[in-house]
Amino acid sequence: MAYSDKVIDHYSNPRNVGTLDKSKKNVGTGLVGAPECGDVMRLQIEVDEATNTITDAKFKTFGCGSAIASSSLATEWLKGKTVDEALAIDNMEIVEELALPPVKIHCSVLAEDAIKSAISDYRVKNGLPALELSHH
Amino acid sequence: MLKLPIYLDNNATTPLDPRVLEAMMPYLTDVFGNAASRNHPFGWAAEEGVDYAREQIAKLINCDPKEIIFTSGATESDNLGIKGVFEMYSQKGNHVITATTEHKAVLDTCKHIEKLGGKVTYLPVDEKGLISLADLEAAMTPQTILVTIMYGNNETGTIQPIREIAKIAHAHGALFMTDGTQAVGKIPVDVIADGIDIMAFTAHKMYGPKGVGALYVRRKNPRVKVTAQMDGGGHERGMRSGTLNVPGIVGLGKACELARLEMAADTARLSAMRDRLEKELTTLEESYINGSVEHRLPHVTNISFKYVEGEGLMMGVKDLAVSSGSACTSASLEPSYVLKALGLSDDLAHSSLRFGLSRFTTDEQIDYAINHVKEAVTKLREMSPLWEMFKEGVDLSKIEWAEH
Repeated sequence: MAYSDKVIDHYSNPRNVGTLDKSKKNVGTGLVGAPECGDVMRLQIEVDEATNTITDAKFKTFGCGSAIASSSLATEWLKGKTVDEALAIDNMEIVEELALPPVKIHCSVLAEDAIKSAISDYRVKNGLPALELSHH
Repeated sequence: MLKLPIYLDNNATTPLDPRVLEAMMPYLTDVFGNAASRNHPFGWAAEEGVDYAREQIAKLINCDPKEIIFTSGATESDNLGIKGVFEMYSQKGNHVITATTEHKAVLDTCKHIEKLGGKVTYLPVDEKGLISLADLEAAMTPQTILVTIMYGNNETGTIQPIREIAKIAHAHGALFMTDGTQAVGKIPVDVIADGIDIMAFTAHKMYGPKGVGALYVRRKNPRVKVTAQMDGGGHERGMRSGTLNVPGIVGLGKACELARLEMAADTARLSAMRDRLEKELTTLEESYINGSVEHRLPHVTNISFKYVEGEGLMMGVKDLAVSSGSACTSASLEPSYVLKALGLSDDLAHSSLRFGLSRFTTDEQIDYAINHVKEAVTKLREMSPLWEMFKEGVDLSKIEWAEH
């Protein structure tokens, strides 16, 4: 399979690989996917509660190059966004940016799920209702 | 300078040995006759080349030159052997026994004869990839006409107990066939000592050209016949019609001769390289060798690296041409049925790499491969949430994963 230059770049030099302290109240963690399906993404955000802005984002992904690139790109996009702006990220923006072929669209869907799941976790930790997560 | 990528996919195909090409060249140019032309020197010269090749092949597998039927390759040979026996011996019975880890050329041919009213038993294998002789014994019936079990497996290199299998088949009056595609030319294969009645093999897995193979069909004790699957001029003792691929056949002959003369040296060198590769790569935690280590072809190893995803791993080892147990390059995401038959979970089957060494593989290439794979696995694990959980002692099977 031919990967786009952007996928190869994110795969070779992934941004923001790592782990945030999930016990902290202002850290939200999303873990999506399943090992048997060949993709598991964990995406974490750290939020400045005063401004509702994402100050840091980290990921770890078990998956193909497109899955790694989708989550790496997501963390890049999340930093500096408000939580509401982050919620508006659509998987098709990831598809476009990384030029993912149709068989790899599920990687972008997973990345969007991971973002929403991390935000939901953050909300619950801060006394807000969980997000209705649509399962693709 | 090391040339990249490094070819370590020699179970898929091998490069042509220059000495084989040299032997073939005259038959691609001046000696162009049809080996079936009996009336002029062009035909005689071609036939002479074919006859010599038959002798070279016969010497390698210890048979009579007349017992070699030339085909287009192992897939055709497997088809001809199984379908040919099924048709020829239909009066005697309709039951065939094979194993779940066979090549598709055998499995799909067996499925085909099931559609024609045949009965097929697919024997399971243990975690080493070996069939159980007790299972085989129990599966034999008075209707069993053929037992077909491969010699060495293409994915793991596991070698089946061929002689014992042949004995059981014969004790019940059935013929014994083996797909020798990966074994012939790599390890000593002796059709008499092994008790083989029919054997499929091909040139391009032993440094010969693509598009030519053979079916060994025993002529005495017992005399075996297979019904032709193509109608035509009645070549190859009526079992396989079609003008002979003379240059290909000459190439197969030369490849067999080289294999016979160089097998001992090749085996010593390749198994030492393979063992070094394997020893180094299994120093990585949570890496597992697939298949039997005791009963194995000398040039193959198949290793799974847990907590690393297969397609990501293939992308990480881009400097190597290897095969993966994961077929997810075709959107299907189906892991290898051979590894699954050994009892591997989907994720372990996906994260496997098959290394197949050749006569032309160098120590320098193996050194590079070792470092390259180690780096890729280490990097991907640092990126893997599953690896982190494993390291923290989390039981991954207890997590409720959201299927998607």
